[in-house]
Amino acid sequence: MARARPEPMHVVRQRRDAAFAALVDGIPYAQFLGITLERRGDELTGVLNFDDKLIGNPFLPALHGGVISAFLETTAILTLAWQHFLPLIEAGDIEVESLTLETIPNFPKTIDFTVDYLRTGLPRDAYARAWVGRAGRRYATVRVEAWQDSRSKPFAQGTGHFLMPQPRDSETGS
Amino acid sequence: METQLVDSEKFAKQFIEAIPHARALGLELITIGKGQAEISMPYKPELVGDPRNGVVHGGAVSAQMDTCCGAAVMCHPDAPAGTATIDLRIDYMRGANPGQTITAKATCYHVTRNVAFVRAVATDEDVDNPVATATGAFTVEGR
Repeated sequence: MARARPEPMHVVRQRRDAAFAALVDGIPYAQFLGITLERRGDELTGVLNFDDKLIGNPFLPALHGGVISAFLETTAILTLAWQHFLPLIEAGDIEVESLTLETIPNFPKTIDFTVDYLRTGLPRDAYARAWVGRAGRRYATVRVEAWQDSRSKPFAQGTGHFLMPQPRDSETGS
Repeated sequence: METQLVDSEKFAKQFIEAIPHARALGLELITIGKGQAEISMPYKPELVGDPRNGVVHGGAVSAQMDTCCGAAVMCHPDAPAGTATIDLRIDYMRGANPGQTITAKATCYHVTRNVAFVRAVATDEDVDNPVATATGAFTVEGR
């Protein structure tokens, strides 16, 4: 049998963009905080779009520590989820065109998450990038760093452990 | 509410509930004093992490825990004038039941010249099964 012709690049790209959008739009809390995600090839950058409601200390003013923690954790989960799902999408195991809210795969679940606060979070946009140390069949470890004006001066860093989505997760719920 | 808030506690309540992000989350200070604080977070659809099951996002719980731990530090008898989080670790036991208020209780159990140590637990209406626990270290400033 003749090998199937490779798909045109714009088709592949469209499919990836659609999958990517579904990933981020699926989390109401991420929208509440104003978290968006940018993709350059396989590198993801979380963006925390500044809003007054993210302030924790009105006198400084500074970002709320909980917002920073949530931003790091969300970036870590999304980066992990993207790395996990992309090969499945490419292999055709997940049909992006037919993805609905009900059929989108489960996200990894946070087991624990630790944040170190290095500097005050200034009242402006922030960025975060995550590195997956290891993602096994059940557990994953992810490190994440956030910065504002200068990439070399992170204002927070975090590390977390996650439970990977299990094949029959969707049936057991929880 | 089991205890009547005294004036300083009323001030703390107003102070915490005036934090812009605490208002956005809908946090309510229930009790505060002697290095202990209790803060509740009523269920809101925009705090959901997965719309399929309606479970509140862990990040919202960690924001609640961070606020509660900070409040516990500020009301400790060796109270610092101000505090900032050095680090905070959250362990997630289970997803909170959709529709239920999540309540965090924090205890500042030790304060040194420079560091305050705190632990906290969050539960929903199933109070015997914690949703999450937290441990953290906070700065001690301006004593």
